Amino acid sequence: MSLLAVEGLGIRFGGLHAVKDVGFSLKAGEIVSVIGPNGAGKTTLFNMISGVYTPGSGRVLLEGEDVTGLDPYLLARRGLSRTFQNLQIFQAMTVLENVMSGFHLRERGPVLADLFALPGSRRRSREAEEGARRLLARVGLERAAEREAGALSYGALKRLEIARALALEPKILLLDEPAAGCNAVETEEIDHLIAEVAAEGTAILLVEHDMKMVMRISNHIVVLDHGEKIAEGDPAAVSRDPRVIEAYLGAQAQESTHAHG
Amino acid sequence: MKLSAKHSTLLLLALIIALAPIFFPSAYYFRIGSVVFVNAVAVVGIVILTGYAGQISLGHAGFSGIGGYACALAPVHLGLHPALAAVLGAVVSGVMAYLVGRPILRLKGYYLAVASLGFGILVSMVLANETAITGGPDGIKVADLGLRTLLADAGVPLTNAQFWYAFSGICLLIGSWLALNLHDSPTGRALRALHGSEIAARTVGVDVARAKVTAFVISAVYASVAGSLIALQNRMITPDVAGYMHSIEMVTMAVLGGAGSVLGAILGATILTLLPQALTVFQQYEQIMLGLVMMLVMIFMREGLLPSLTALVRGRGE
Repeated sequence: MSLLAVEGLGIRFGGLHAVKDVGFSLKAGEIVSVIGPNGAGKTTLFNMISGVYTPGSGRVLLEGEDVTGLDPYLLARRGLSRTFQNLQIFQAMTVLENVMSGFHLRERGPVLADLFALPGSRRRSREAEEGARRLLARVGLERAAEREAGALSYGALKRLEIARALALEPKILLLDEPAAGCNAVETEEIDHLIAEVAAEGTAILLVEHDMKMVMRISNHIVVLDHGEKIAEGDPAAVSRDPRVIEAYLGAQAQESTHAHG
Repeated sequence: MKLSAKHSTLLLLALIIALAPIFFPSAYYFRIGSVVFVNAVAVVGIVILTGYAGQISLGHAGFSGIGGYACALAPVHLGLHPALAAVLGAVVSGVMAYLVGRPILRLKGYYLAVASLGFGILVSMVLANETAITGGPDGIKVADLGLRTLLADAGVPLTNAQFWYAFSGICLLIGSWLALNLHDSPTGRALRALHGSEIAARTVGVDVARAKVTAFVISAVYASVAGSLIALQNRMITPDVAGYMHSIEMVTMAVLGGAGSVLGAILGATILTLLPQALTVFQQYEQIMLGLVMMLVMIFMREGLLPSLTALVRGRGE
């Protein structure tokens, strides 16, 4: 059975049909990428799957259960976690605390225990801290642990968000442009990390502009254009698909006319 | 052994409270000190709501009103000891905060600020108008806490002002300890996370509506305890305690000192309590002064006095 299944998903913003009748599915350990020109509706699709937007039509199934329109915090409890294209970091918290907050579901307890710093509360915090330090080491940020998150570079923040999302030990991880703004070395590191996480059995849904990365690590690719799925298949098939080539070249041609006009 | 930031903050605070009386020119300063501490207790509650969770309330004085009048009314009508009356007031305030906060805090934006403003005004109107029960605008007498007599019998004779200085100082220490515990706890991280990015907090599994209600209830209890302390200390209470200006004062104190830091909030409470005392000319213009302070802080130091100064000192040091 697929871990995540999307069926006929669509949403309208005013008159614009931002996403229309999109469907695909993900199995454990699989890396599925969503690609398409700018404005194709990739992030909108992510926002519907992760509960940020309520879809206008269609269903999202998590392990066979209908979770359409469920709030992100309830999806988190069911094992779905994500990162954001436009970073959503807790700026005023330390790097370590950012990742510790990813342990929320496991570390939360009675408020009174937290107010009085009872042993249970301190133990939960300590366990979250140990886990968070392990994850920071995994993304290469262990030395920045005590720094304020707002002081980190863009590439480091991208990795910090991945570490925070991994803290939930998700069954399904949605990564929205994890390598955007990263240099070649950082991109390769993220690349390895994603492959590693998938190898551990997490299903990964990826939006990414770096085509080399997408082609290298994806098991399956879904191509969107103007909010509609125009193709899907393995990397080799998708890269040969004439509709895909046209969508990309068409977009480029339009952009260059625009630039010259 | 190295002290944690929490313990050194508490130690510093305890030392200041214990040693400040050495410099008091007259016994009157014990009285001023206890007013500072009581205000600071309420403001530490605002730190939890505004500084940690990023929510704004403009009606917290309403909870001080509930706490204060509980101490006046419960001993007379229910025969409760004044200390238990304060506990009852805190419970009622917490429940009220839950009932008021639950529907509002599900909504985004500034609904809480507006709704809490309405709540505060409502409480102060009830207190001023239900003359038969509350004594109306002139206020009502409050029973003696009785603790000072017990201490005197036990061989610790304190003047009234000294007793309230020590008692409210201890209350402030306890309040600060709880707030600092919360800051680095799982709940505190969830609150600060929703302050940083509500959408990311939801993504890591934080039930943000519930987290906001939690912060609102805790801070309401602080305001209530502060109101009870005012009532018990003055041996009387008027509806002014629940007034709109008192709510604004709390927020201004927190923002001035630095809403994110317990010590900063206490500094803010200290400055804004002492200023009108020190410069009598300010007393007539207290409201103007509050407005001015709020504007200047927002323009020149968004983070508040203490965090801005700390950053300045660190910047120079490097």
